[in-house]
Amino acid sequence: MTVIADAPVAGAPTGREEAWRFTPIARLRGLHDSVEGAVGAQVAVVTSPVAAFAHVSTDSLPAASGPIEWPAALARAASTQSGVLTIPAHSDSAVPTRVTVTGTGADSTVLTHLVIVAERGSRSVVVITHEGSITLSANIEIQVGDGADLTVISIHDWANDSVHLGRQHAVLGRDARFRSLIATLGGDVVRIVPTVEYSAPGGDAELLGVFFAEAGQHIEHRLLVDHSQPHCRSSVAYKGALQGDGAHSVWIGDVIIRADAVGTETYEINRNLLLTEGARADSVPNLEIETGNVASAGHASTTGRFDDEQLFYLQARGIDPETARRLVVRGFFAELVSRIADDEVAAHIIGSIEEKLGDAPLDEGTI
Amino acid sequence: MSILNIHDLHVQVESDAGVREILRGVDLTIESGQTHAIMGPNGSGKSTLAYTIAGHPKYTVTQGSITLDGVDVVSMTVDERARAGLFLAMQYPVEVPGVSVSNFLRTSVTAIRGEAPKLRDWLKELKAAMAALSVDPKFAERNVNEGFSGGERKRHEILQLDLLRPRFAVLDETDSGLDVDALKVVAEGVNRVREATDIGVLLITHTTRLLREIPAEFVHVFVDGRIVADGGPELADEIEASGYERFLGAPATS
Repeated sequence: MTVIADAPVAGAPTGREEAWRFTPIARLRGLHDSVEGAVGAQVAVVTSPVAAFAHVSTDSLPAASGPIEWPAALARAASTQSGVLTIPAHSDSAVPTRVTVTGTGADSTVLTHLVIVAERGSRSVVVITHEGSITLSANIEIQVGDGADLTVISIHDWANDSVHLGRQHAVLGRDARFRSLIATLGGDVVRIVPTVEYSAPGGDAELLGVFFAEAGQHIEHRLLVDHSQPHCRSSVAYKGALQGDGAHSVWIGDVIIRADAVGTETYEINRNLLLTEGARADSVPNLEIETGNVASAGHASTTGRFDDEQLFYLQARGIDPETARRLVVRGFFAELVSRIADDEVAAHIIGSIEEKLGDAPLDEGTI
Repeated sequence: MSILNIHDLHVQVESDAGVREILRGVDLTIESGQTHAIMGPNGSGKSTLAYTIAGHPKYTVTQGSITLDGVDVVSMTVDERARAGLFLAMQYPVEVPGVSVSNFLRTSVTAIRGEAPKLRDWLKELKAAMAALSVDPKFAERNVNEGFSGGERKRHEILQLDLLRPRFAVLDETDSGLDVDALKVVAEGVNRVREATDIGVLLITHTTRLLREIPAEFVHVFVDGRIVADGGPELADEIEASGYERFLGAPATS
C-alpha cells in the first residue's frame, strides 16, 4: 500500500493534513477553500516561434490526470477558459515560447489554467514569467508526447504581497524528455506542487528548482514523481537560500517507484543555505520503492548556515563582507544555474538573487 | 621595514558565564624578517592573542594598543587588517559551503593585491603553489575546508600564506594534528615564504615540535594572559626539558 501517492484529501485543507502542515493557511486569502468571485485571467503569450495558442473551454478538455489537491481542483473547475499551447509534432525551435502572467493587485483572486502539449518528436522551450501583485490559483498541465523534448521554465518573480498556489502536472509519453525549472524569487506565500507521471516506458524527467526566501516569506515546493512505467528516469535538484526573520522554505520530494517500474533510475536532492538567523528550511525527501528491480534510487537533503565564523574567515583573507556573502551565494547556486538551458533566464535568476542580497545589510557588530 | 607593535594589550571575552579578561597586559614587538614564537600551556590565552590581532568579533580590546607601522589596528575591520598585511593561519579554519577553493583564493588574492590577477597567470601561479605544498590539484574544485582532513586544512592555510604574502603572519597551533611528514611539508612552505620575503612571523604553539622545523630567534613564554619570559631558542629547549612549571605564577616581564 502506498502512502506518499495517496489521493489528496477531499475538502478544504485545515492545515492539519500532512500535505498542508507547513503551509500558513491563514495567509492564503481564502484560496484554499473558495474561488468565489475569482476572475479567470488569460495568460499572454509574448512570443512563440512554433507553438499555436488558443483559448478553449475547460469543459472541452479531458479531466485532470494525476493527483490534484482540493484548491487546485476548485480552481480548475472554476476556470471556464483554458489556454492551450500546442507545439506541433516534429517541430524544433531553439527560440523559447514566452508566456507571461501579470498580477495587477493582490485584492482580486485570479485563476489560470494553461495546457502545454508537446506533440510527438517536438523539441522546444517554454518560459513562463510571473510578475506583479496577485492572489493566484494556477493549474498548468503538461503533456510531453512520445519522443518529445520539452523544457518548461517557470519564474515566480512576484511582488512581496502575492499569494500563489500552483499545480504543475506533467505526463511523459514513450521516450519523452521533460525538463522543468522552477525559480521562486518572490511572493508572500508561494506553494507550488510539481508532479510527474509516465504513461509509457523510457521517459526522462529532470526537475530543477531555485528559490530565495526573504523575511516573512513562505516558499513551498512539493514534488511528486510517480514511477509507474518501466525504465524511466527522474532527477530532482532544488536549491534555496533564505535570509531574514521568518523566512521559511519547505521542500518535499516524494518519489514512488511502483511494482511495474522496473529499471527505474531516480535521484533527488535539496540543499538549503541559511544566510541569517531567524530563517527556517524544512526539507523532507521521501522515497518509496515497491519493486526489487531498480537501477538506482537515492536522495539527499542538507541545510547549511552561513555564519559569523565563515564571514570572519573570508574577511580575514581581505574579502569585504558584501563580497563574502555574494561569493557564498553565487557558489551555492553555481552548479544548478549552469544546468539551466536558457542563458537569459540563468542571468535573470542570478541578478535577482544578488539584488536580494543587497536587501539585508549584515549584522556587522564589531566585524 | 615594518613593525607590528602590541602594547599593554588587555582583552576580554563575553560568554554565558559573564565577562572574562583573557589577555592581561601583553607587550610584544615584531619586525619584518623576524620569527617569534609564543609558547604557553593550554588555556593561557595564546590563541586569543592571535584572534585579537586578526580582529575576531568575539574579543574586545579594553586597554592597550596594536599598531602596524604606527597605524592603529584595533579600529580596523577584519578585512582591512588583512589588506593592511596581517595574516592569521587558523587552527580550526571553518568550512565555507558553496565556495570552491579556487574561487576563494582568487577572490582573496584580488582583494589583497587590489586587482584581479590575469586568469592565465593566476592559474599558473596557483598550480605552482599547490604543487609546492604537495596539494592534489583536485583540491581547487572542492569547497573551502569542506570535508578536509586536519592536514589538508593546514596546507590550505599555508597555501594562502604563500599566495597572499602578508607583512606579518600569525600561525596559530599550525603543528597540531599534523603527522611528521605533513608537518615537514607545511614547515617547508612557511620557510619558503620566509626566505622569499621580508615577512615577520609569530608562531603560536605549546610544544617545541614546530620550532624544530621553523626556527624562531625570539621565544616568549605565555602564561595566564601575559608574557612572563623572553629569550632565544634556548628558552624553547628549556621548556621542552622541564615544561612550564617554573613560569607558572611568574610576574609579567614588563
